[in-house]
Amino acid sequence: MKNLLIAAAALALSAGATLAEPLRMGTEGAYPPYNFVNEKGEVDGFEIELGNELCKRIGAECTWVRNDWDSIIPNLVNSNYDTIMAGMNITDERKKSIAFSDEYTPPPPSAYLALAPDADISGVVAAQTSTIQASYVAESGATLIEFATGEEAIAAVRNGEAEAVFADRDFLVPFERDSDDLVWVEGQDRVVVGEGLGIGMRQSDTELKARFDKAIAEMKADGSLDALITKWLGDESMTFAAQAEAKAEAGN
Amino acid sequence: MSAAAECLQTIADYGLRSIGIGERLLPRSDFTLCQQVTLIGSGMIWNLYFGVLALAAGFVLANGLALAKASPRRWLRRPAEGFIFVFRGSPLFIQFFLAYSALVLLPREGLSIFGLTLPTGWMARAWAGALLVLTLNTAAYSAEIFHGALRNVPKGDLEAADAFGLTGWARFRRIVWPTMMRLAWPAYTNEAIFLFHATTLVFFSGFPAFRQEGDSLYYASYLADKTFNPFVAYPIAAGYFILLTLCLIWLFGVVNQRLNRHLPGQARRLRYRPNIIR
Amino acid sequence: MFAYCADPRTLEGLAWLSCYLSSGTHLLFYASFGTVLLLLALTAPVSLALGFLGALAARSGFAPLRWLGKTYAAVVRGVPDVIFFLFVPIALDQGIEWLRSRVYCDPSVPVRQGNEFVVCAAAKMPLGTAPGWVHDFYGIALAVVAFSIVFGAFATNVLYGAMQAVPRAQLETAEAYGMTPRQIDRRILIPQMWSYALPGLSNLWMILIKATPLLFLLGVEDIVYWARELGGTKTTTFAYPHGDWRVWYFLALLVFYLLMTWVSQRAIDRLSARLSRGQATLAGEAMRKAGVAA
Repeated sequence: MKNLLIAAAALALSAGATLAEPLRMGTEGAYPPYNFVNEKGEVDGFEIELGNELCKRIGAECTWVRNDWDSIIPNLVNSNYDTIMAGMNITDERKKSIAFSDEYTPPPPSAYLALAPDADISGVVAAQTSTIQASYVAESGATLIEFATGEEAIAAVRNGEAEAVFADRDFLVPFERDSDDLVWVEGQDRVVVGEGLGIGMRQSDTELKARFDKAIAEMKADGSLDALITKWLGDESMTFAAQAEAKAEAGN
Repeated sequence: MSAAAECLQTIADYGLRSIGIGERLLPRSDFTLCQQVTLIGSGMIWNLYFGVLALAAGFVLANGLALAKASPRRWLRRPAEGFIFVFRGSPLFIQFFLAYSALVLLPREGLSIFGLTLPTGWMARAWAGALLVLTLNTAAYSAEIFHGALRNVPKGDLEAADAFGLTGWARFRRIVWPTMMRLAWPAYTNEAIFLFHATTLVFFSGFPAFRQEGDSLYYASYLADKTFNPFVAYPIAAGYFILLTLCLIWLFGVVNQRLNRHLPGQARRLRYRPNIIR
Repeated sequence: MFAYCADPRTLEGLAWLSCYLSSGTHLLFYASFGTVLLLLALTAPVSLALGFLGALAARSGFAPLRWLGKTYAAVVRGVPDVIFFLFVPIALDQGIEWLRSRVYCDPSVPVRQGNEFVVCAAAKMPLGTAPGWVHDFYGIALAVVAFSIVFGAFATNVLYGAMQAVPRAQLETAEAYGMTPRQIDRRILIPQMWSYALPGLSNLWMILIKATPLLFLLGVEDIVYWARELGGTKTTTFAYPHGDWRVWYFLALLVFYLLMTWVSQRAIDRLSARLSRGQATLAGEAMRKAGVAA
């Protein structure tokens, strides 16, 4: 009996010591370099490293959950996980169903990638299902062809099913760099359609949002967020420091 | 505007949405029940398109395959057996994926045969590629049904045909084939229902949707995802399919009556047993 | 996996391939074949049991039970299985959490807030604190239930037909011996039913095998998920960059399924030969004449 009590006390103590609340972080795992599955079979990428750092700062214990992109919002709303970090742009349409943290990247440019620089972007354009790029293409009057993953959308351009693919530029960069057939469409390689990537959360989780906002603001201020952006998305990618500079210049 | 008039407007806007007529953009929020029923119903056009055409083409192919499989000639029998084994032995879902990823590998410039250049781009589109897979798939299953029926054609019928001096093509067309159909019909009814149900897989496998034009399940899952509520859209789709299944049973019953019209009494009615004979 | 795989960029040819095929993601791919087999091993007995209950209900003397059994079989049969696979897991998940929330949470808080489905932390299924494997297992369990509901209805049809096929005279003889209905079911009906049910059940097994890729639609990381993931183009962000290899991965899956159905068919043929032994059917009679029965 005494032993039991001691064990119970020890358990209570250890529980007190690691008060870190568990948090399940949803991601797609198919959107390099933001999030992907590396050769060890673990999730990896910009958002994974950033997410782990943010969790450390807000004192949460995070586990990553992979979920297909097209059902990623429904599964958040159904409480299968608590956050989404999957290269998701903050948009008014999405804000109707979920809440977003402050953005953790400047508005990322999107781009058209095709087999020729003069490809007809009012023809058939491939995009990933329910992305802001898909909405943009549908509204632009071009014929939208949807794919479950971004990688399949690129494959559709390679095999001639679509004239061009429209996606986040940072996602397309490695494909453009590695291949000898894919090129940016002339004048269409920096189209800004989003407001920046944010952490998606349920609208009822206001307290969690406040904590993430605070941690993101900290990381912006101490430069560690910019360092991560440069590390994963390349030197060309827009950082918060560069954005502030550009704003200041425009102000002058 | 009254609710009824509003709903009529919705039907006008989205009733043919799945084939590219009407509103170009899908509704994004504040979905009404009318919108859901209309969109999912509009998607049924694709299910009917795939089902009817694959059934028709598959029927012809299956007859040939069944005869080839029953043939004493090895070079005819073996390929038919192999074809039936591959398509009946593997999941349709995998066949769709494999077909899509193989069809997109066709040369972009088109195949050139005898100096003619055949364009190939359309082959990877759902309306052609998925139809091809469904046709081959149902042909394999139907061929197995027809083959079984062919082996069960009563000996007496054939002996009677011989007595009348019927041989070759005439014997097949007037005696063997009608009996084979009569015997195969209940099982073939089942196969037809399965085929129509299988059409829902097209846009969930490799085949992409063009301009957000998809089948009923494509819209049902779109709506369930957007409304975060599976309890409306999926039952609507299920309701459409129950209706379709009932129509099929009725239609095949009529054909069955015709096939059996020379027989007395009970045999005329299709004894449809909803078994899974596929 | 192997020591020389430390830096894949320096490798070529067979060495590269051996490292590539033994990478962590590929090990997960191989393990996912186990997921498929696990699903088969769990679903087959559960749906057989469901089918058994359904068939007994459909034969019941109590009318509402009979209607229930027949409606269950007819509705599932009339609707594409994919719709059930998409619907049942979400509906079940929300249903379980709703029930738990009525017990563990403040019942005055509605679970539907706007379009959100929210329950308090204590009612979550599985609990947020549960380790990852519990979540994975819960996902597979939902899949098993969805599959079992569909295949249970199919099995209801098969077993109901088989029970009807047992010759009336056999059951009447049993009645004449003064057996109770339960005794007749246990001693006469069920033992004889199997040989009539076997063709239908073996068909069902084949259909079940061929339905397993639909696990992919349920969000379970099965072989289709990994084939698509691994086959896609890999840029130099990855350790093993390559082009679009999906067609090869799907070809491998096709071969896997052909093997599965081929082996199953062989096993079924042997089983049906055994069950026909001594039966008063055409097959049994043929065996008796050929002297196999001895």
